[in-house]
Amino acid sequence: MDFTYDKEQTALRDAVRGILGESAGNREKITSSEPGWDREVWGGLAEMGLLGLPFDETYDGAGATATEVGIVAQEIGRILAPEPFIDVVVGAGELIADAGTDEQKQDLLPKIASGELIAVIAHNEARAPHGTVAYGVTATSADGGWTLDGVKEPVRHGGVADVLIVSAKDGDATRLFVVDATADGVTRTTYATPDDGYAARIVFAGAAATPLGDAGEAALAAAFTRLQTAYGAEALGAMEVSVETTVGYLKTRKQFGVTLSKFQALTFRAADMYTSLELARSISLWATMALAENGPDALVASRLQAEIGRTARHISQESIQLHGGIGVTAEYSIGHYAARLTVLERTLGTEAYHVAQVADGIADRGIVELLH
Amino acid sequence: MRLALSAEDAQLQQELREFFTTKVPQEIRDTVRSGGELTKEQIIEAQRVLNAGGYAVPNWPVEWGGKGWTPQQRHIWLDEMQTAGVPAPLAFNASMVGPVIATFGSQEQKERFLPATANLDIWWCQGFSEPDAGSDLASLRTTAVRDGDEWVVNGQKTWTTLGQYADWIFCLVRTNPDAPKKQQGISFLLFEMTTPGVTVRPIKLIDGGYEVNEVFFDNVRVPADQLVGEENRGWDYAKFLLGNERDGIGATGSTKLRLQVVKEHASLPLADGSRLIDDPAIAARFASLENQLLALELTALRVAGSSKDGKPDPVSSILKLRGSVLIQEVSELAVDVAGGDVLAGGAGDDSDVPSWAGDSVPTYLNLRKVSIFGGSNEIQRTIIAGTILGL
Ligand SMILES: Cc1cc2nc3c(=O)[nH]c(=O)nc-3n(C[C@H](O)[C@H](O)[C@H](O)COP(=O)(O)OP(=O)(O)OC[C@H]3O[C@@H](n4cnc5c(N)ncnc54)[C@H](O)[C@@H]3O)c2cc1C
Repeated sequence: MDFTYDKEQTALRDAVRGILGESAGNREKITSSEPGWDREVWGGLAEMGLLGLPFDETYDGAGATATEVGIVAQEIGRILAPEPFIDVVVGAGELIADAGTDEQKQDLLPKIASGELIAVIAHNEARAPHGTVAYGVTATSADGGWTLDGVKEPVRHGGVADVLIVSAKDGDATRLFVVDATADGVTRTTYATPDDGYAARIVFAGAAATPLGDAGEAALAAAFTRLQTAYGAEALGAMEVSVETTVGYLKTRKQFGVTLSKFQALTFRAADMYTSLELARSISLWATMALAENGPDALVASRLQAEIGRTARHISQESIQLHGGIGVTAEYSIGHYAARLTVLERTLGTEAYHVAQVADGIADRGIVELLH
Repeated sequence: MRLALSAEDAQLQQELREFFTTKVPQEIRDTVRSGGELTKEQIIEAQRVLNAGGYAVPNWPVEWGGKGWTPQQRHIWLDEMQTAGVPAPLAFNASMVGPVIATFGSQEQKERFLPATANLDIWWCQGFSEPDAGSDLASLRTTAVRDGDEWVVNGQKTWTTLGQYADWIFCLVRTNPDAPKKQQGISFLLFEMTTPGVTVRPIKLIDGGYEVNEVFFDNVRVPADQLVGEENRGWDYAKFLLGNERDGIGATGSTKLRLQVVKEHASLPLADGSRLIDDPAIAARFASLENQLLALELTALRVAGSSKDGKPDPVSSILKLRGSVLIQEVSELAVDVAGGDVLAGGAGDDSDVPSWAGDSVPTYLNLRKVSIFGGSNEIQRTIIAGTILGL
């Protein structure tokens, strides 16, 4: 096992850090109104080839692996970049690449890669348990075509998407459909999310839909695994900066005539945060390598999510506490990191959900062998 | 030792329950129950109902509206009030400045301020913290210099909760910069927020709300008779006040109510008909929190922690430490019950995501404050270790 990045990967990280860093100062302004991210930055990411990073070269992609995707995701997490790279490229994009027909791939992937098309997965439904089953949207076939009826929400970036990959009930099965988000029969209401972004409620009323290949729950599960791996890397980036910021604050904030770093009660807590960070880093890199080399594995993803959930809570709570009052203000950065981590960690199953997934069948599993 | 309430206390409990559930407007109680935000007018209305019934300031001396209750009776009052969803009387008035004026103020100050404070005719805010004086409160730099019959105040306070609603501020100011210890040169001053030279700047919090402010003082002239007690003794009064503030933050009633409401949400069927409460891991978290709250409430009953004889009781630190952590853990559980619906923070009434689910993350983030204010939890541990354990 080798956790180090090679030269090209390091160069990729530096390039992404560079381009995202340029716009970091505008974050407050950019996120204060829809779409909540910067189309210019998006164009820049497209120019660098990042929006097609994991796609085949046939579809204007770079043919990169989950490792490269993870590098980008970490950088996004480090500066809380609001651009929808993970949801569009890793979520919808890779799902289309994995399960779409040749025609769909040909039609959609180059446009995603060039930045002209925003596609997201619309699977969430109000009060639905996490999983791959659709409850609230029904697919009906008629005259050789399909229509959808029902409601999806909250769908992140759903308000600005051009194309939606919608999960819907077809009898007892859940199937995936491609829907033109601007077509008749699709009504969208956008609202703010607690982590400075936007999501939408999307009502389908006889909306025209095309099956995504013959994709169903298995394809969606694989998409979730890819997303969870990327979100895990994003969370890692956000945790990394949360720890750095907190350590920096302890070194500069003075009370009782000394810097807070003179209080062992606080430095030990920082040491614990750092320990959580390193555990999160290990499991994130491991899950990323596993995805890159072996393909999606739901158990690996759940192990990742359970540990990211635990460490993200620990780090985000402590980073606010060690800052004192300034930690809960919107005017300072650390609370925004905590908000993002809090939401990220529940986006595709809570920590409790993933612990339960790992627990399922645990009596029949032997010790975990990492090196083989 | 005796487990059951005395007949007298049981009777009081009945009376209070009856009062809180019938006299305080249902709309206000429903808003509290659902974790919503009350308007300024609703907070005032609720306190006036309590005051009219004689239940706004039971902890004050009897001649100023107090009840002369035992600690257990006060616990019953607080618990019944909070579990009924009745907002507690504004802490700045009822448990902070009121007891200070009642204990240390002049007769004239008592007459001038206490009735209006009990009835929330005056809304008070707390001007203690400054940018460089948080945990190290005694290093505060706002000054008051005597000029004839007035004090002239210059400096800045911060984190002033609901300063935007306040009519008056109670403020710690440095009146003797040359005192041998920094604690010894501080006085406790009262003045109107509309006094020329007072400027309020709101601070946006991470949940998007505005509940704290920076308050700037530029040559604010305060009549000398608005200094409470003795000049340069303000630190003693502040410690007395902080003991009561801590005691209030540690109260279990509102956390019990919150936990109950989260449990109701976890008991609703999800889209597939399953219920989160039937998941043993989730049920175990409810059980654990319920039990920890029970232990804390028992502790509050066993060792009532409010300030006595003009001094803070270090036991209030235990209540504040655990009480703040438990309310935070309940809010964390609420976020987990909301699950993927947490994204719908800004969803409107037409959304299928219930508002409690969308509000869960902002509430959770907002409540990080309870382990920071009223003396941070690290400061409470310092008090427990030092004052109680002698370490
Ligand atoms: C929402 C909110 C409302 C508030 N309302 C009011 C109000 O109405 N009026 C008012 O006057 N104040 C108010 N406060 C201020 C509050 O009392 C202070 O935030 C608090 O005292 C901590 O000070 P600080 O924020 O400067 O943090 P700091 O004192 O800088 O503390 C930063 C961190 O260091 C820790 N720390 C500091 N010293 C030590 C030590 N010696 N040993 C170990 N750890 C230490 C702290 O516990 C904290 O974790 C409010 C604060 C908040 C967040």
